[in-house]
Amino acid sequence: MPTVSSELHPLPPPAIEVDDLVKTYGEVEAVRGVSFTVARGEVFGFLGPNGAGKSTTINMLCTLAWPTSGTARVNGFDVVRERDDVRRHIGLVFQDPTLDGQLTATQNLRLHAELYDIDPGAIPARMDQMLEMVDLTDRRDQPVMTFSGGMKRRLEIARGLMHSPRVLFLDEPTIGLDPQTRSAIWRYVRALQEREGTTIFMTTHYMDEAEFCDRIAIVDRGEIVVLDTPEALKASVGADRVAVGTEDDDAALTALRDRFGIEATIAEGAATFHVASGEAFVPRLFAELGVGITSVAVSRPTLDDVFMRYTGTTIRDAEATPGRERSAMQVFSKARQ
Amino acid sequence: MNAAVTDVIAARVTERSWRAEARAVRAVWWREMIRFADDRVRIVTALIQPLLFLFVLAPGLQTLSAASTDGVDLTTFMFPGVLCMAMWFSAMISAASLVMDRQLGFLREMMVAPVRRSSIVLGKCLGGMTAAMLQGVILLALAGLVHVPYAPVLLLGIFGLQLLIAFTVTALGVMVATTIRQAQTFNSVMQVLVFPTVFLSGAMYPVSGLPAWLGVLNRLNPLTYAVDPMRRLVFNHLDISEAARHRLAPGVTWWGWRVPSLAEVGIVLALGLAMLAVAIFQFTRTE
Repeated sequence: MPTVSSELHPLPPPAIEVDDLVKTYGEVEAVRGVSFTVARGEVFGFLGPNGAGKSTTINMLCTLAWPTSGTARVNGFDVVRERDDVRRHIGLVFQDPTLDGQLTATQNLRLHAELYDIDPGAIPARMDQMLEMVDLTDRRDQPVMTFSGGMKRRLEIARGLMHSPRVLFLDEPTIGLDPQTRSAIWRYVRALQEREGTTIFMTTHYMDEAEFCDRIAIVDRGEIVVLDTPEALKASVGADRVAVGTEDDDAALTALRDRFGIEATIAEGAATFHVASGEAFVPRLFAELGVGITSVAVSRPTLDDVFMRYTGTTIRDAEATPGRERSAMQVFSKARQ
Repeated sequence: MNAAVTDVIAARVTERSWRAEARAVRAVWWREMIRFADDRVRIVTALIQPLLFLFVLAPGLQTLSAASTDGVDLTTFMFPGVLCMAMWFSAMISAASLVMDRQLGFLREMMVAPVRRSSIVLGKCLGGMTAAMLQGVILLALAGLVHVPYAPVLLLGIFGLQLLIAFTVTALGVMVATTIRQAQTFNSVMQVLVFPTVFLSGAMYPVSGLPAWLGVLNRLNPLTYAVDPMRRLVFNHLDISEAARHRLAPGVTWWGWRVPSLAEVGIVLALGLAMLAVAIFQFTRTE
């Protein structure tokens, strides 16, 4: 991202500026000092397992939760001191539905427009445009409770955009949706970003979705582990991922260490490690490991690998292992949920 | 913004102003109206209870009480009380919608809007009032059936009192709703609140000569101060004997002092405003 000193050129402020943001709930440290800046027009992803502090961060940026310490500015406005200014310039799509099912699609949009004090003359045209963008024009006058989950989410996105927000916050916008709807939603998000220059801040725990972002921050246990473009992150792993299913995982780990000098970890039931050239390594593995091999998978680096490289676990394991929370507790001697 | 976005119909969000707040109040009210009009079952059920009291219970009890009402139909006697009761029921149902909004997530949409929380509470209250008033007016239209004359002054007076009750009861409901997160809890709380309040209010009996304990509870009950002026107003327009008026609409007394209607109205209004203030405070405090 090109950065220009704002003292020399009075540029508009960045879309989001976060400095050492902390949120604790009693003893629980949900967010422990995150800092980052999101440029205008950027699609910025917050990636991490459930409970990593993504939603808490988004809630603070949206003025729905007060930071315990640290500051955050959205569109140049402080999220605590200039709460209403922030609210006027952001759009929100939550994880949980917040539509009125009894109202029709247009009534939901109209209500939003009224609450945001949009110029009445501009409402019908804006409404048509938003409904068209999310392909709901033909359902516009039907009650929302008759909509499928994907349609509801699309309508929520349309509604979040009614007032032309400068920053659109999407909290897990595609969670629980089928792949087709997910890719459709990504198309809208991209189209929107190109047409209106809207900054998009989103959280996700789908690795493949993070690829759509300009930059992503990988968060784990309330902290940003690493922040960069998806390409740079993948390059930083720089190696192929090899996952070996064996008859005896512990023996395999020992053998890998002793004979190849490789530190592997058990992830999703397979001894997993990174080597520069995966395909070339497999024959050696069979010849020299000395532990029965049941399966081998070699893959190019993905964001999964990035996550693994920086957190030492896969995102699915991170969500599935309650014990990990406990070890975090011991390490930081602070309880969290 | 750059030049490439010219084809986009951009909406502009204006600075916060009283006009914008009024618009938000109207929008919240408008939503309540759509939901109310949609819910035909609710419109009917909310009317059933008052109608049962008025046209089933009262004529039935009449057989027992004919001697002591000095020739006044029990239906006529109960009419003002039932009017109050109907406002009480329907305003409660409206307030329940706030709890449902929270449970179904819609509340969040309103909470993040760049408007004052008080505007949302006001819109909710106005919505509840309007719904209650629509039902109240239907009941009022039945006045002729219970031998209450359609005198303009009387109708206007009743309408005003109904408005006052609708306001206070909706404020009460919204106040309770702001502190409760579960619809089920709200329903239980309302069950516990609604019937004792109605029974203690004197909506169904004259408030003089009660057993001491009942008299005390009656005087402590806010609804008493809504029912009493309503009944006095109606009885002032009935063509009945002075004895009947004195017996059936004796007025609320504090240690022998008869509380004037205007003071009673003042009490109800003050309570309503206080509860509205608490509701707004609670609502604003929520993160």
